[in-house]
Amino acid sequence: MQWETVIGLEIHVQLQTKSKIFSGASTAYGAAPNTQACEVSIALPGVLPVMNTEAARLAVKFGLAIGAEINQRSVFARKNYFYPDLPKGYQISQFEIPIVGKGEVEIEMDGKRRKIGVTRAHLEEDAGKSLHENFDKETGIDLNRAGTPLLEIVSEPDMRSAEEAVAYLRKIHSIVRYLGISDGNMQEGSFRCDANVSVRPVGQSEFGTRAELKNINSFRFVEKAIRIEVDRQIDLLEDGGEVVQETRLYDSDKNETRSMRSKEEAHDYRYFPDPDLPPMILDDAFIADVKQSLPELPHERKERFIDSFSLGVQESDQLTQDKALADFFEEVNTTSAAGPRIACNWILGELSASLNNEDLEITQSKISAPQMATLLDRIHDKTISGKLAKEVFAAMWQGEGDADSVIEKRGLKQITDSGEIEAIVDQVLADASDQVQQYKDGNQKVIGFFVGQIMKISQGKANPQQVNEILRKKLD
Amino acid sequence: MHEKTVQQHAEALKKGEYSSVELTTHYLDRIKQHESLNAFITTTESQALEQAERADKRIQSGDATTLTGIPIAQKDIFCTKGVLTTCGSKILEGFISPYDATVITKINDQGMVMLGKTNMDEFAMGSSNETSFYGPVQNPWDTGKVPGGSSGGSASAVAARLAPVASATDTGGSIRQPAAFCGLTGIKPSYGRVSRYGMIAFASSLDQAGIITRNAEDAALMLQAMSGFDARDSTSLDLEVPDYMATLEDSIAGKTIGLPKEFFGDGVDSAVADAIQLAIRELEALGAKTVEVELPNSEVGIPCYYVLAPAEASSNLSRFDGVRYGFRAGEYDDLNDMYEQTRAEGFGEEVQRRIMIGTYVLSSGYYDAYYIKAQKLRRMISDDFTRAFQKCDLIAGPTTPGTAFPLADKNDDPVAMYLNDIFTNSVNLAGLPGISVGAGLDEAGLPIGLHLIGKYLDESTILNVAHQYQKVTDWHLKAPGGFA
Repeated sequence: MQWETVIGLEIHVQLQTKSKIFSGASTAYGAAPNTQACEVSIALPGVLPVMNTEAARLAVKFGLAIGAEINQRSVFARKNYFYPDLPKGYQISQFEIPIVGKGEVEIEMDGKRRKIGVTRAHLEEDAGKSLHENFDKETGIDLNRAGTPLLEIVSEPDMRSAEEAVAYLRKIHSIVRYLGISDGNMQEGSFRCDANVSVRPVGQSEFGTRAELKNINSFRFVEKAIRIEVDRQIDLLEDGGEVVQETRLYDSDKNETRSMRSKEEAHDYRYFPDPDLPPMILDDAFIADVKQSLPELPHERKERFIDSFSLGVQESDQLTQDKALADFFEEVNTTSAAGPRIACNWILGELSASLNNEDLEITQSKISAPQMATLLDRIHDKTISGKLAKEVFAAMWQGEGDADSVIEKRGLKQITDSGEIEAIVDQVLADASDQVQQYKDGNQKVIGFFVGQIMKISQGKANPQQVNEILRKKLD
Repeated sequence: MHEKTVQQHAEALKKGEYSSVELTTHYLDRIKQHESLNAFITTTESQALEQAERADKRIQSGDATTLTGIPIAQKDIFCTKGVLTTCGSKILEGFISPYDATVITKINDQGMVMLGKTNMDEFAMGSSNETSFYGPVQNPWDTGKVPGGSSGGSASAVAARLAPVASATDTGGSIRQPAAFCGLTGIKPSYGRVSRYGMIAFASSLDQAGIITRNAEDAALMLQAMSGFDARDSTSLDLEVPDYMATLEDSIAGKTIGLPKEFFGDGVDSAVADAIQLAIRELEALGAKTVEVELPNSEVGIPCYYVLAPAEASSNLSRFDGVRYGFRAGEYDDLNDMYEQTRAEGFGEEVQRRIMIGTYVLSSGYYDAYYIKAQKLRRMISDDFTRAFQKCDLIAGPTTPGTAFPLADKNDDPVAMYLNDIFTNSVNLAGLPGISVGAGLDEAGLPIGLHLIGKYLDESTILNVAHQYQKVTDWHLKAPGGFA
């Protein structure tokens, strides 16, 4: 039987506010346990939440960026359950009326564009952390994170493969980074994802029973976890079994998913509107103000790269997905006279390869944008050839200094004096009378031999274009 | 000394008739002397004397307010920095609050002196003060009778002259009913008038702090000091607080008093009904007019309240889980067992009953039938008041259907206990201000309370009417035998 995969994602994005969503405590990451837990974070008796409007501003920013409906009246609700790192015994979230309603984002798979629906995005507070190490059979509780603002972005079940799910996740990641509403750091947990996965026979319109995958903390694991879960479900169904609705945990070490709790064990969260927080009202001026603060978004930037720089669709996409990479490109392009084409080639080529090799982010690049720009300028003004530029790049990456000093130190300056080149050409032709004869007999290929000899003598520094011209002139 | 009201103490302190330290010492002695009333969970002698010394210095240096140096008892529902704060529950065993409630801060800023923390029904759930982990409180008018609840300790303390004033809170009648049972004046302002920050939550949408005093004048003075916007409470009202003292002496001639026929039915004891009729005659003699009004949905007030209040309570009390502070069970097998044992041992029966009711009405499948339905009824009850207030300036009736009942009388019948609040809890559902003032004694010599309900935000009118009533009557001057 042919199976179709159906995936929906719930993405938790930690919003970059200075203070927590319902108190004045700091949200900075990495402080000593419970040093950023004020009386509200600890949920002392009698404390009350007060909405941090900055969190609402960031949520609206996201909503506007994906063209979603903004609910100018949204309601906070209590999600009740017991857990040691949930200090109040309930999480303040939004249930019936979220701040952001329906919207959509576009992803591109193998050159084809697809729209993925966003059902809603709602504000909520994060829980604390349970610490299981160093407490000798006991559990430590760190409430520094408790109350950090989260935006939970819920998609429609619109994705049909693990690759699409990753593309969508990357798209959302890219948007929140562009908007500057989150640092998007998956390791530190500021960008987290749960996946609802089901399969159904191709052609069937009803959805199959879904499993919710938790604990997937990298783009790579999202893809792997979904793949392994899809395989598990198909095997189960093909063996005549049934998928049960449950929450499953992804174990990246074993690359397997395993049951956490079944539907029967699922919590009844007993949601009800939080009587401590009146409905949140956002007036037109607030929305207009946020709208005005919206930066250029990834898809807009991509279109601009295609239009203004005459770059291809795919390379524009590659350049713009990560805001920092696009910023790097634009800085190189404005600083250098070499033009966008050569900048694009070098950034997606040599630079990206070097970053990948060492598993670095663009922000950790060993060559800065101005340094890169100078290197490209030296190609452009013919100081070095493109081929030698690669050597220069490698040296710069190793920390030998900027382009000019590497060229100087290594004596890589290109020979552009036509007299000098002519002398070398004459010498080569004189030493190779056989090959000259072959050329005259119609063998065009020997031209490569002459170029090779000339480059050897000039140590690669002769300007290739000039070499070609002079050779042809002499031979023809 | 203790026969004096807050106002009278203020004048005496100003004149130097005695110092705050002397006054405080006097009340501390009385508290010790009448310990058997069990009105206090904690007394704070040393802090009180320090506060009194500071108050005396303020008075000497001319930096005093009217309230500086006057002792007050604080209900143990308010978090008080450095002092045991229990909310009448075992589950807060050993909890020394690291912060002050906003109400406490405001009262401290006035330079008042905290004598201690008063006994109360556990988490303010009760109408007799018998659900307290710290034991029942006696009514000074008859020590075999309950003082009412949940602010039973506050009422008992003020009635027995162990303090001239006590803070209190009211979720369904917890200020007004004990004030009525103890012959005192107790006001619950409009919802949002006084900050709830630091006041341990029972039912957040109904809870409101107020004050129990001996007369309306003191109530006005105290409410003035306690009220006002607090940025830490999102439900507190960002509105200017009226000058309550300024309108106390206004004539009430021409004011229209609404009398809901539902408040004068069969369920009311005849002694209470007669006393309230007499009180209304007094008000008419002062020039007020009366008009009959209807509150047709008042009969669903109790069921509506007993869905919504437990629903909110079940969630509010989830934080008492044994993890971070307060009581934790001594033995348990695992995490869930720790929660279960801690909460089973830490909460009393009535609190557990309400947590279970609340959990039930919020459960999926029952939410619409109970919680949503009750919210609709709440709206209807509120609309009834709005309609009634088109015809009148305030509403009057009995605070409770009867007078103080014997200790242990209604413990086995929660519904009978809940019916005590039949006239008071619709006022909380509608968020309105209400005051109870002494208006007679029954044949057994137990106080009867007159209940005045004001329009939303209009505490001034009920304080004005209560004060004018007290100027022509002397019920508020009567003290229980042996406590004068």
